Amino acid sequence: MRTKWHWLLLMLVAGVLALAAAGCGGDDDDEGTGAGTTAEESDGGEATGGTLVFASSADPVVLDGALVSDGESLRAIDQMFEGLVTLSGGGTDIEPALAESWEASDDGLAWTFQLREGVTFHDGEPFNAEAVCFNFDRWYNFKGPLQSASASYYWQTVFGGFAEPEEGSPEGSLYESCEATDESTVVLNLTKASSSFLGALALTNFTIASPKALEEFGADEGSVDEETGFRPTGTYGTEHPVGTGPFQFESWVRGDRLTMTRYDDYWGDKAKIDTLIFRPISDNAARLQALQAGEIQGYDLVEPQDIETIEGDENLQILDRPAFNVGYVGINQATAPFDDVKVRQAIAHALNREEVVTNFYAGRGEVAHQFLPPDLFGYADEVTEYEYDPARAKELLTEAGVEMPFNVTFCYPTDVSRPYMPDPARNFEAFAASMNESGFKVTPKAAPWSPDYLGMVDEGNCPIYLLGWTGDYADPDNFVGTFFQIPQKAWGFENQELFDKLDEAEVETDQDARIALYQEANQLIADFVPGVPYVHTEPALAFAACVEGYEPSPVSLEPFALVSLEGC
Amino acid sequence: MLRFVVRRLLLLVPILIGLSILVFLWIRILPGGPAQALLGERGTDEQAAQIERQYGLDEPIHVQYWKYVQTVANGDFGDSIATRRPVVEELKQRFPATIELALAAMFFSIVLGIPLGFIAAKRYGGAVDHASLLISLIGISVPIFFLAIILKYVFAVKLGWLPTVGRLSVLIDLEHPTGFYVLDAILTGNLEALWDALKHLVLPAVALGSIPLAVIARITRAAVLDVQNEDYVRTARAKGVSPGRVDTRHVLRNALLPIATIIGLQTGLLLSGAVLTETVFAWPGIGTWLVGAIRVRDFPVLQGGILFVSVVFVLVNLFVDVMYAVINPRIRFS
Repeated sequence: MRTKWHWLLLMLVAGVLALAAAGCGGDDDDEGTGAGTTAEESDGGEATGGTLVFASSADPVVLDGALVSDGESLRAIDQMFEGLVTLSGGGTDIEPALAESWEASDDGLAWTFQLREGVTFHDGEPFNAEAVCFNFDRWYNFKGPLQSASASYYWQTVFGGFAEPEEGSPEGSLYESCEATDESTVVLNLTKASSSFLGALALTNFTIASPKALEEFGADEGSVDEETGFRPTGTYGTEHPVGTGPFQFESWVRGDRLTMTRYDDYWGDKAKIDTLIFRPISDNAARLQALQAGEIQGYDLVEPQDIETIEGDENLQILDRPAFNVGYVGINQATAPFDDVKVRQAIAHALNREEVVTNFYAGRGEVAHQFLPPDLFGYADEVTEYEYDPARAKELLTEAGVEMPFNVTFCYPTDVSRPYMPDPARNFEAFAASMNESGFKVTPKAAPWSPDYLGMVDEGNCPIYLLGWTGDYADPDNFVGTFFQIPQKAWGFENQELFDKLDEAEVETDQDARIALYQEANQLIADFVPGVPYVHTEPALAFAACVEGYEPSPVSLEPFALVSLEGC
Repeated sequence: MLRFVVRRLLLLVPILIGLSILVFLWIRILPGGPAQALLGERGTDEQAAQIERQYGLDEPIHVQYWKYVQTVANGDFGDSIATRRPVVEELKQRFPATIELALAAMFFSIVLGIPLGFIAAKRYGGAVDHASLLISLIGISVPIFFLAIILKYVFAVKLGWLPTVGRLSVLIDLEHPTGFYVLDAILTGNLEALWDALKHLVLPAVALGSIPLAVIARITRAAVLDVQNEDYVRTARAKGVSPGRVDTRHVLRNALLPIATIIGLQTGLLLSGAVLTETVFAWPGIGTWLVGAIRVRDFPVLQGGILFVSVVFVLVNLFVDVMYAVINPRIRFS
């Protein structure tokens, strides 16, 4: 017995020591010869100009535009799918995509789309009017858990409800029916006139998928289990997404890579690179280092503090994405004296927006004067602006008959960072300081962002508060319509003139007239001062210097098909 | 021994029940829920309520818990809210990645830590000893993420020797019969992938192994110092046993007991260290998975993932206790 233990222990020790020797050697080997292989890889990847690796921040949820609302899913789906319309490169003008032209009936209820001919899906199936209607009918007829906002959020936002609404689903739908009048003509019938829906059709969520693939791979199939909810059983969205876009699906290893290859039968300009790979890297510092090391050629959501490093590296470049958000100071008019426009003007003059934008946005922000991002149509050429002017603020307070210092409660959120508000507490402190200079006495009220803070604001419990918005789709309705078209507790006002103007703008089908209406609405808003917009921010993307042709878009509709690695 | 193991396994049941309650409550106390995380500031109250109803989050918490227990009892952890896939499936895919990384880190810390501690003890008070103490101190006190960033900066960004993220280069295709990439590469005879997978393991393993390395080196040094002053070592030397034989047969062997204990404990702790390391290296294991789940309040993933990691932790500790007895027959289970 004793001898046996001896041997066992001896072997253990010997084993450990042997491993130690092997391990030390192994480490040396790894470091010594690693260099060649890594260099070869980056040469191989770039010299052919063939493969671009882009770091996403997470895996897509599923590659089915109808069932997602997260940015990473949409980014991937964008490369493989197309909708009836799209947006101009880097802008928000509506342009033809799978539809070559379109026309609304006089009452705005029927929209006729002329489809592009000679388009095929990646599985070889023809793209035609029937395929378009198949997709619209699929969305409208979603059942059970597919009606949850976690799945069909954008359908609900744009079209409302479903053919057979489940309990808790939105009532009524903007969508009535889809008619394939001939092979290449589609008529979409709406239940009421809407113009914002055309812009919304450019959303990745309404891209057209191959009906055959949807059916064959069970896009909507799943078992419903009482405990665990909906469990998808089909493989459409994970293994067989089929669209008409310039890239087609190749493979997806979750947590590792999503690979797409060029679709050679694409109807338009074919993709310049052979292969596009999205690699999920959730950590910001890791994305930067992977770019510096040449393992990836680009990534989104660059941290403000990394921009200087990237700009200082001649092998890398920063691209600016046009602003598509707004940060604002909201004012609740439900209680006096905030219902007095003079008091609201005084607040606008009391906020030192310039200072906040300069100091806390790392050069990525511009001072806002409207609730609309400057690149979106409907942005007014000129509106009343309120410069930081403590003396004027005090004058206005006096005119309003308010005793100074005027005590106000100013709410701000904690535990949150938004593109339009990276550090709310600092914004608050700066604003509070400038207001205290201007005849106000600010009392802070802080709460965790969600659900406390948002609940507090939405319920109308904050006289003045910090908030903001990032656009869902390229239509002013998604900004000023969301904020000001109906009475809301957070704003606490009823301004029928403004409500009517926005209603009118929403349904106007003539684009030029519509733009004019939104511009008028923005002027109304600026004079009415329901709140004070103070910042639009430009997110940054980072790429290897040799990547050419990437066109940042305010709504992140950015085709990799245009990208080339020629300089690499 | 068998009775001991069985008793410990039975103890696992109350531990897991307690733990599952804690995890269940804890993630629901966090501000915000899956509905808010999914919808952000754009969701309406109706939409949030709809999502909560879909996942049964609108029910009283004890009802939710009871349903959850029934689900788990069926060998199921529910579905991830974020990815809509079964938690068990994701776990199966990600667990090998974490184990592979943990084994590599342990390998690194053992093969370096024991010799380092041993040599330091033999050269007690000398330059090597001081150096080893310094290395241990650095290993213990430098945060993993910081070490990781420095390692990547030097070996990947500056020298270009090693990759910074992931388990395999995106240009290499490898079949995955087991999910352990190194093993997969060997089984499929894919030498290119083997080499690539090993290179991807180096930096994460070093970063993750830094703390166990330091601890093992220090414990080894202390244990060897302790043992080499024992009477029987002096006797062996006096008998004329060769110094090498004294070291291996008498000193190291007896020093092995505390070393083995600490290796076991550190293996369990590696699982928590893996959370940070995996995030920084975009290593698709349990760690990145759980971090992502916290961000989007993916309750089923958090519940299932944390429970699973806890079971592994407890099992590893049980294994260590058993090994303890095997190495040291003086220990009796009581």
